[in-house]
Amino acid sequence: MISYQIETKNLNVYYHKNHVLKNIDIKIPAKQLTAVIGPSGCGKTTLLKSFNRLLEIQEESKIEGQILVDGENILDRKGSEVPDIRKKMGLLSQKPYPLPMSIRDNVAYGLRIHSNKNKGEIEKTVEHCLKEVGLWNEVKGRLHDSASRLSVGQQQRLCLARAIAVQPEVVLCDEPTSALDPLAAQQIEKLLLRLKKEYTVILVTHTLRQAKRVADYIIFLYFGMVIEQGPADEFFNAPKNPETKAYLSGEIS
Amino acid sequence: MNTRKLRDIIGTNLMRIVTLFIPLLFFFILILLIYKSTLVLGTHSITDVLFSTIWNPDNGQFGLAAVIIDTILVTGIALIVAIPISLLSAVYIVEYAPLRLRRTIRPFIDVLAGVPSVVYGLCAFLFLAPFVKNVVAPWFGIQSTGLCIFSAAIILSIMVFPIIISLCIESFDAIPLSLKEASLSIGATKWETVKKVVFRASAPSIMAAVLLGFGRAFGETIAVNMVIGGTIRLPSSVFNPGETLASLIASKYGELMSIPLHESALMLVALILFIAVLLFYFVGFLLLRRAKKRWNY
Amino acid sequence: MNKRIIEENIFKILMIASVCIVLGSLMVIFGLVIVNGISSLTIQMITQTPALAPPGSPPGGGILNAIVGSLLLALPATGLASLIGIGIALFLQADFLHPALSNAIRFMLDVLWGIPSIIYGIFCLMIMIYIGMSSSLIVGIIALTMLEIPIITRCMDESIKMVPIGLREGSYSLGSTKFETAIRVVRRQAFPGILAGILLGLGRGIGDAASILFTAGFSNRIPTSIFDSTAALPTMIYNLYSTPLGQSKAFAAAFLLLIIVLVVSVLSRLLTRRFKKHIIK
Repeated sequence: MISYQIETKNLNVYYHKNHVLKNIDIKIPAKQLTAVIGPSGCGKTTLLKSFNRLLEIQEESKIEGQILVDGENILDRKGSEVPDIRKKMGLLSQKPYPLPMSIRDNVAYGLRIHSNKNKGEIEKTVEHCLKEVGLWNEVKGRLHDSASRLSVGQQQRLCLARAIAVQPEVVLCDEPTSALDPLAAQQIEKLLLRLKKEYTVILVTHTLRQAKRVADYIIFLYFGMVIEQGPADEFFNAPKNPETKAYLSGEIS
Repeated sequence: MNTRKLRDIIGTNLMRIVTLFIPLLFFFILILLIYKSTLVLGTHSITDVLFSTIWNPDNGQFGLAAVIIDTILVTGIALIVAIPISLLSAVYIVEYAPLRLRRTIRPFIDVLAGVPSVVYGLCAFLFLAPFVKNVVAPWFGIQSTGLCIFSAAIILSIMVFPIIISLCIESFDAIPLSLKEASLSIGATKWETVKKVVFRASAPSIMAAVLLGFGRAFGETIAVNMVIGGTIRLPSSVFNPGETLASLIASKYGELMSIPLHESALMLVALILFIAVLLFYFVGFLLLRRAKKRWNY
Repeated sequence: MNKRIIEENIFKILMIASVCIVLGSLMVIFGLVIVNGISSLTIQMITQTPALAPPGSPPGGGILNAIVGSLLLALPATGLASLIGIGIALFLQADFLHPALSNAIRFMLDVLWGIPSIIYGIFCLMIMIYIGMSSSLIVGIIALTMLEIPIITRCMDESIKMVPIGLREGSYSLGSTKFETAIRVVRRQAFPGILAGILLGLGRGIGDAASILFTAGFSNRIPTSIFDSTAALPTMIYNLYSTPLGQSKAFAAAFLLLIIVLVVSVLSRLLTRRFKKHIIK
């Protein structure tokens, strides 16, 4: 029996008066890697950003419907509770955006805001997270260096370390490897495979191959609508919809 | 040589000549001020001029210490008031204000920047000064005519608002949305994001804005002149009248144009003013240019 | 979490208070000038020059001398500064000068924009005395021109910079020289922005007192030659603000100045908006 961590019911998202997401009803299984696939511009990023309510910082957006996380509709919560919701969802964006501070401070950022840990505990957690993402050996001698000095691939891993430092339940990844070279991309994919044992990972990707490599569960979005969703092998081997078949065979991309 | 080529050569050279005006003007002003100051510096040592508080041209005494102190007080108070108000306003306009409100406020800031100094001075003289005289100074237990250092500082801070606010808005706007999203997605509040990300990323620009504000405040002549009271004496409180370097020039110039020594002393003041403002702007613009290169996202 | 929310709310209140202070001071200044200015703005005020009144009674007449004086000072100065400015701004493009030189000149322009205007006044005054002239319209115009050149040039420069390089290259490839491209293609694209810069300079020039205080002098009459001293709106305010009887004139002049500031502000906004709409990308 799969347990679903996130469910959406009749989710509709409007951006600048455009109806970007239409009647989305999906279920995201817990502690698995769900890939959201589909052609560019279909609303995948918008979907991701509604999960951690990041969309609403832009005034021109409107959300209707329900997003249930562990059974509770997060859209009902007040504005002052939103930071706590976001804490539960880590975000890894397409281009790495290290904060304008040192490597250590980047990872410790969330810790210093949310917890009362003392300096020693924070150092330990920073080390632990950097080890988790495989950065520790590369940066352990220069934690006070500015994060901008790292390579793009290292920065992306740093952003991941920063995200998991606050112990989220869900990790949202928005095409995290598209800005990276193949080697760095591979590292991130390996990390995601490890992460999905502890966290629910939602990965937006526009390469089918990547989805095939890492996903347990697939959601196929096409022009803002969910065409098909289901376990990965079912999806790839026995697609039900004509659009799905067309996408899988490369006719539409 | 056909007319087209001739036109081209004349046109290009005209432009070249006219562009030369700029460095010429710049250095010509500087050199003239230095030249004119040498007279008074010939008979008075620079330490006398800078550190004596007695300004008595008839006796040949040109002590600027009181004026310098007044200038520092006026500029300092003006900026202490203006910086937090401007920073907070800029943050509100960029981060918190609803879109429509943002669009309406921006033009107001530009208009504030365009109001001539005399108008500020007029309003300060007729309304700020009596207010200081009747309400503010008595609250501190001090008697004042209202034409004092404090009034000059307050009107100056209002004049400085638009400079700092618009530079900060420009800088805050330039921060990529995704950077702020990165902070928010870890569960930081908007204010924490402002504190730890926006301010940090904008730090050089904010510094530059402050320096440019300083430069403006330091050099403001007319508005200060109209409310500062024109007394050259060491002040015992900010509610005493005084004179800044800039307002001194405006006050004293008409009187003694024919006495070379006095004129030379005022030219020295102008030179000090020129160099000080030059430094503020120099460092300010340098910071602004560096800021644009720093964090490339 | 509560502590963080409380902190945010405290600062939100401070922020709103700050915006209110800024907008409030603007409103207060405008309010004061409008309320006092409107009551002084009679037909007599704008059509007459100051009249001598018998001692003991308020000075009569109006501020026509200042109005005409301001126009006679600011318009030629702006015209001159614009001509010079467009030459400099066009020349600063990378096509003519090495970029390091261009930036050095831009920097000097920025500094010249920022120095106190009284320095321009003193500078012209020195030269004026040296040549043996007395304070007059012509010297005032020169001082204002110097004041306005950096402002106008930099604004023009900024809008010309926005002309995409592809446009210029297209012109070159058709066989135009640098000069011709500058005059025809670049200037036309950047035209609204250039106009906005001119307006800004004009607004500054009309409102500035320090540069013309000693150079244009003061007079109760309308100047008849460029060697006459003349009053101007800002100097009128400066001379009359402290006399209780002259204050009505001062406010009338201030009111006119504010109207000019508003008009300049609105016009340059409209122009920059139109500029952004029509720019070829």
